[in-house]
Amino acid sequence: MNVSAILQYILSGITIGSIYAMVALGFNIIYSATDIINFAQGEFVMLGGMIMVSLVTGLKLPLWFAFPVAVLAVTLIGAIFERLCIHPLKKPTVLTLIIITIAGSILMKGGAMFAWGKEILSLPHFSSEKPILFFGATILPQVLWILGIITVAVALLALFFRITITGKAMRACAANRRAASLVGINVKRIVLFSFALSAMLGAIAGIIITPIALMSYDRGAMLALKGFGAAVLGGLGNPVGAVAAGFLIGVLESLGAGLISSHYKDAIALIVLLAVLFIKPSGLFGSGEARLKKF
Amino acid sequence: MFRQKASSIIIILALVALMAVTGYAQDKKPYKVGAVFDITGKASWLGEPERNTAKMIEEEVNAKGGINGHPLQLIIEDNESDETKTVNAVNKLIEKDQVLAIIGPSQSGTTMAVVPIVEAAQVPLISCAAAEAIVNDPKTGKERKWVFKTPQKDSHAVMRIYEDMKSKGITKIAITTGTDGFGAQGRLQLKKYAEGMGITIVADETYAPGDTDMTPQLTKIKGTDAQAVVNWSIAAAQSIVPKNMRQLGMTIPLYQSHGFGNIKYAEAAGEAGEGIIFPAGRLLVAEKLPDDHPQKKVLVEYKKAYEAKYKEAVSTFGGHAHDALWIVIKALEKAGPDKAKIRDEIEKTTGFVGTGGIFNFSLNDHTGLTKDAFEMLTVKNGQFDLLK
Repeated sequence: MNVSAILQYILSGITIGSIYAMVALGFNIIYSATDIINFAQGEFVMLGGMIMVSLVTGLKLPLWFAFPVAVLAVTLIGAIFERLCIHPLKKPTVLTLIIITIAGSILMKGGAMFAWGKEILSLPHFSSEKPILFFGATILPQVLWILGIITVAVALLALFFRITITGKAMRACAANRRAASLVGINVKRIVLFSFALSAMLGAIAGIIITPIALMSYDRGAMLALKGFGAAVLGGLGNPVGAVAAGFLIGVLESLGAGLISSHYKDAIALIVLLAVLFIKPSGLFGSGEARLKKF
Repeated sequence: MFRQKASSIIIILALVALMAVTGYAQDKKPYKVGAVFDITGKASWLGEPERNTAKMIEEEVNAKGGINGHPLQLIIEDNESDETKTVNAVNKLIEKDQVLAIIGPSQSGTTMAVVPIVEAAQVPLISCAAAEAIVNDPKTGKERKWVFKTPQKDSHAVMRIYEDMKSKGITKIAITTGTDGFGAQGRLQLKKYAEGMGITIVADETYAPGDTDMTPQLTKIKGTDAQAVVNWSIAAAQSIVPKNMRQLGMTIPLYQSHGFGNIKYAEAAGEAGEGIIFPAGRLLVAEKLPDDHPQKKVLVEYKKAYEAKYKEAVSTFGGHAHDALWIVIKALEKAGPDKAKIRDEIEKTTGFVGTGGIFNFSLNDHTGLTKDAFEMLTVKNGQFDLLK
């Protein structure tokens, strides 16, 4: 087994893993604010990619302009989804909320099918499509864009949580919702923010992945599943864990496919996930207290 | 004033409708044909063009005076791409509507669910799905009595690919297949016929239908001495594999299955899609066929009529419904409203020029097509073209 092949597997794994990490982060933000798993998380990724394709190939907008417009559009969709479907509930229980997010996911998928059709769509690469040679492995410039943008997004997110009042309020909510509301934090608004924020993260992931992975209306569910796996593996409620676990699953899948057998690619990642959960139910990086709160 | 006008319009409409109904009643009784397609749900991309095509043909036939004077009444059911709903729809068509024959369903899975029902009820069925087990009982090895199908066989696609490889001196290949039904079936056929055609499979890789990156599988293949890659899938992977190969700097030829027969896949692959070789029915290159090709007239006429009526590109799947319905209509012309006779006439169909090929059914062949129904195509300047 030569070194360049292994390097190639790891690079592929990091690329796909970074997307899992973004989805896992989205799960985490909403989970922290509401205790629910938002099953529409994958649809935000899909919508981001689809809207970007329409803006770039349909309206012929330049990439640098279409990017924020697409992100904003999906953020709005996330906020509207929360206002229309989550907010009006008089007695929100975890189970009803989760079922609502499943319904939302089906609705968004169906809506996307009507809007964009059933074909797969493509997007031009952000810069050259010419692969860069890297110690015998090849890497697309788009992958550097993906890694760069994700690093910036995660860094900004961390700053947001540490510096801004809203971010601090969100952290307070995650720690103890009742106490947060007692000190005057508007918990319902925090829930709105959390949906908008995770829709935004999803959209970014969708946009940057579309040039290499293409996008179609039914892509959301699979991404959500892998991202959910990463969120659980990393320990729900732990953003750092989510990112690390996302990369871990990506690299495991890729190495598994390359070194063992591609027939068992998904099984390898899932077996690791199960094994970790058996030994450490709170996830790799989760603390003992941060177990699944309401299940 | 307005209300009066409206009511008078309604009365006139009612009269017209009544006349139309009595007009039919004086004529001969309509021939009822059932159609079950996967119009909504996960296989809607198959069922929709099939439904559109069947409706178009129904209108055409009735505008020309029906079948021997009998209007054709098509009863279309949507099974939502679901096996259980297909069973219900077919039972309804047989029991309540008392149809003379059924066309569809669109997928191999939904078809297999109703094969035992039509066999027991003795109603002829022409499926628009490809699996060989639909027409051939794997237990006995014999053709099923009441079931036919119009799509070409997977094994024929495999043989055409291997023939092309042989002509180019390719003997060692790598295969990548999706783990969905279509990919898994293709993998079996690729492995089954390789040895007989003098081809060695040096790498056998798979991926999940929703996967977005096949570089690990292809990196592994790059490390072997494969002279070509065959990718068998009906998902986005068909556009991603060529892109990944380009990224890895692989220059060996890429063959794909007949699932690649939708120009959107080539468009999504962009430059990386150039030069892909794949077998497909001739509908995709109808205009590019030589004028003396026996199928050219049928293909061009169907393509023009469909695209004018529905304002969307024609697909080979609609073509399968086209062939199925016309075979039933021709059988009805000869047999009249008798299910057993219709079945016999379908089995006697020879030299029927359809969109999928030239059909010659017989007691031992309910697919009716040879491997020549597939043409080898390639992608040239972003368009499908004949491989020369």
